[in-house]
Amino acid sequence: MWNSPAEFFAMGGYALYVWSSFGVCALVLLLEPLLVRSRFKVAVRRLKQEQLAEQFDRESGQ
Amino acid sequence: MNSVNNPPFSNSRLINWFKLSSPSTFYPVAGKLIPLFWVLAALFGLAGLWVSFFVAPVDAVQGQGYRIIFIHVPASWMSMLIYLVMAAWAGLGLVFNTRLSAMMAQALAPVGAWMAFLSLWTGAFWGKPMWGAWWVWDARLTSELILLFLYLGFIALRASIDDSRRADKAAAILALVGVVNVPIIYFSVKWWNTLHQGASVSLTKAPAMAQTMLLGMLLMALCFWMYSIAVALMRVRVIILEREAHTDWVRQLSEVKS
Repeated sequence: MWNSPAEFFAMGGYALYVWSSFGVCALVLLLEPLLVRSRFKVAVRRLKQEQLAEQFDRESGQ
Repeated sequence: MNSVNNPPFSNSRLINWFKLSSPSTFYPVAGKLIPLFWVLAALFGLAGLWVSFFVAPVDAVQGQGYRIIFIHVPASWMSMLIYLVMAAWAGLGLVFNTRLSAMMAQALAPVGAWMAFLSLWTGAFWGKPMWGAWWVWDARLTSELILLFLYLGFIALRASIDDSRRADKAAAILALVGVVNVPIIYFSVKWWNTLHQGASVSLTKAPAMAQTMLLGMLLMALCFWMYSIAVALMRVRVIILEREAHTDWVRQLSEVKS
């Protein structure tokens, strides 16, 4: 169907529209899970720090 | 899945679905399901992109520009489907007062909002070369924009109320009222004279498109579907950790214990 990579990327003259659509789509679908993962890490770090603080409290209270 | 290394399921042969409605049992199950849905999303995505770009023939009228359909239609479908699922979870939470249902609705809202955004974005980049306009105040486009605002309103309303149980209830009512917009989007091309083309796929008549085009669209739709489930499960786990931070079972989690 495509005779050369250049022809593929030209998309029959619709390159701007096709690649802007697919590009932004790929960007969103990649960024969203990365953002969720960083939020997960923040939540876990906070929980860990809370536990450490409680442990510290217990040990210094003795 | 092997039932031996799956303690929540192995207690009886029948899965106890009600048990899964508790965040403490759902959290590890969701963690196990996430990689499965990522693998499925990747497989469907690769197959779908292959068909979209290398198998589906060029369109007689729209040339290569029509290939935007392969992400535009799946994103639009998912934006509507996710809204219905989100409203159903929110409604369940409202009726049964279950925490996890409300958390599921909360986890789905951003995915749905992104899908609505992608639907509008790819639609604009399709409309410009084909209609000559990025945007028109057409029934289909306007109702999809309202869907995006409903998602954003749901997220904003939840965020604006401090007490999370009250936030769940208020947001659930907003979500349920907004359901009326989904059939409006779906039937807008029939009810009104619009610039937007009619449904490409219909349950009642044979699809008005090449078989390979339809296949590409369905594969991409499955990819978006699996992606949405994977991201929603990832997000619901974060929400569980944040909202159940005070509970003993969260403190006992291996990832939290230092």
